[in-house]
Amino acid sequence: MWRFLRPSRRTLRAWQLVVLVVIFGLWHLLTVPGLLPHFLFSDDNQAAFFFGEPLKIFDRIRHWFFIDGDIYRHLGVTLLETVLAFGIGTALGLGTGLWLALSPLAAAIFDPYIKAMNAMPRVILAPIFAVWFGLGVASKVALGVTLVFFVVFFNVYQGVKEVSPVILANARMLGASRRQLLRHVYLPSATSWVFSSLHTSVGLAFVGAVVGEYLGSSQGVGYLILQAEGSFDINTVMAGILVLTVFALVLDALVGRVEKSLMKWQPQAGESERL
Amino acid sequence: MSVAALELEGVSCTFVAHEGAAQRYTAVRDVSLVVEAGEFVSVVGPTGCGKSTLLNMAAGLLAPSTGQVRVFGEPLAGLNRRAGYMFQAESLMPWRTALGNVMAGLSFRGMADDAARALATEWLQRVGLAAFADRYPHQLSGGMRKRVSLAQTLVLDPDIILMDEPFSALDVQTRQLMENEVLALWSEKKKAVLFITHDLDEAIAMSDRVVILSAGPASHPIGEFRIDLERPRDVAEVRTAPRFVELHKAIWDVLREEVLAGYKQQLSKAA
Repeated sequence: MWRFLRPSRRTLRAWQLVVLVVIFGLWHLLTVPGLLPHFLFSDDNQAAFFFGEPLKIFDRIRHWFFIDGDIYRHLGVTLLETVLAFGIGTALGLGTGLWLALSPLAAAIFDPYIKAMNAMPRVILAPIFAVWFGLGVASKVALGVTLVFFVVFFNVYQGVKEVSPVILANARMLGASRRQLLRHVYLPSATSWVFSSLHTSVGLAFVGAVVGEYLGSSQGVGYLILQAEGSFDINTVMAGILVLTVFALVLDALVGRVEKSLMKWQPQAGESERL
Repeated sequence: MSVAALELEGVSCTFVAHEGAAQRYTAVRDVSLVVEAGEFVSVVGPTGCGKSTLLNMAAGLLAPSTGQVRVFGEPLAGLNRRAGYMFQAESLMPWRTALGNVMAGLSFRGMADDAARALATEWLQRVGLAAFADRYPHQLSGGMRKRVSLAQTLVLDPDIILMDEPFSALDVQTRQLMENEVLALWSEKKKAVLFITHDLDEAIAMSDRVVILSAGPASHPIGEFRIDLERPRDVAEVRTAPRFVELHKAIWDVLREEVLAGYKQQLSKAA
């Protein structure tokens, strides 16, 4: 029996599911009033008050999506902000990274400022962006862009710097112009670095959107969470967090998909076929 | 008398360390070397004697500190557009398939995609890799990658071919196959070849002329031998010819001192 259930490649998904069920099971056991005698809190209801109850959280999510259907508008806004921040931040980071990596003098001039801006805790800019761009989508996108930009920028910069000099010299001898070098050598060589950064930056774009909403907005999932916190509705807060997490995973998987199709030239470990 | 394909005229190359001008290293000094059109010239020398530096200057990747490089009589400024360069290290673009790599130079030069594809396919066939056109470099063996490199260089039909120990990473059998292939391709087109190697056997078996470089730093040519073995040659068979053995001994007598000198220098540097 154990032979079939033992963790292996085949049963990977099942075991991942088991971990999920265990987490929610423990959560349920420890929080639902009266299920277990209380040992940490002074009264039965306090655990539920502080941590929420999974069943009520799922019920909340069910209402959001299927019964009231009122989450779609908020989710749409949050996703729009995320995608815009991700797209704009990545494009800017890519462009700036390529530019500075290919012109060392400009890189030397801007170096201290880039380091300073990267070191700055940029979340603190959110209120300023709200003043500049209003409480709508734009201020959240701006915050997300400042988060995404630096991750992509540093990775592209590194990626271009690490292009093999032999491959570069070879492409030049084959007659590549400066533009062709950029398009056919620097960019592809930097892509593997860019993709490793895109996984991080999708998450950061999400953070930018939600934190922006949390600090001041009239719609979005961050706004929902803020509202619920105002009335100590911990179940709704947790439900919001769960929904956000699932969508962050979906976005990350999408990036992974694109990466896989674009990076098929990269060697993979143990690539052999059993006939 | 026709102009030489490639002419190095008293070139030297001094590298300056980034830390300051005090740290200088002269790789080659006062080298004069001529490769006639259609001639196969090998340069041999002990390890670290600046052979690759010489080739990089001929390719225009490196500007000589003094002296001049002439290509078919014209002084070279910038990259040498008439030369193809086969590097010692892996030089294929890993994000392109074998075919894509062979096509690269053609499309860089503005050839239409269809024409480039046809010509590249033909060259892949010629180096025996037609069946591997859609593989990426990491899916090919070392010998296959070198063949793709060869096709990539030759598909552009350069007038001068520069080769920097192209087969040094291959095993003996593959190497001999490749050497014969290169000789066959060369005899078809009769291009000027400057071939860098540390392997004397390879140099004698393939070349019309062998130039010996002294040990570095500031290495310079110390001897030159015309290889009057008959062509076409088979690199494996030619090694047993009496004339080959004679030449080998003569060249080795010159080279040995330099190899020992180079070795000593590296030892003392390490100490």
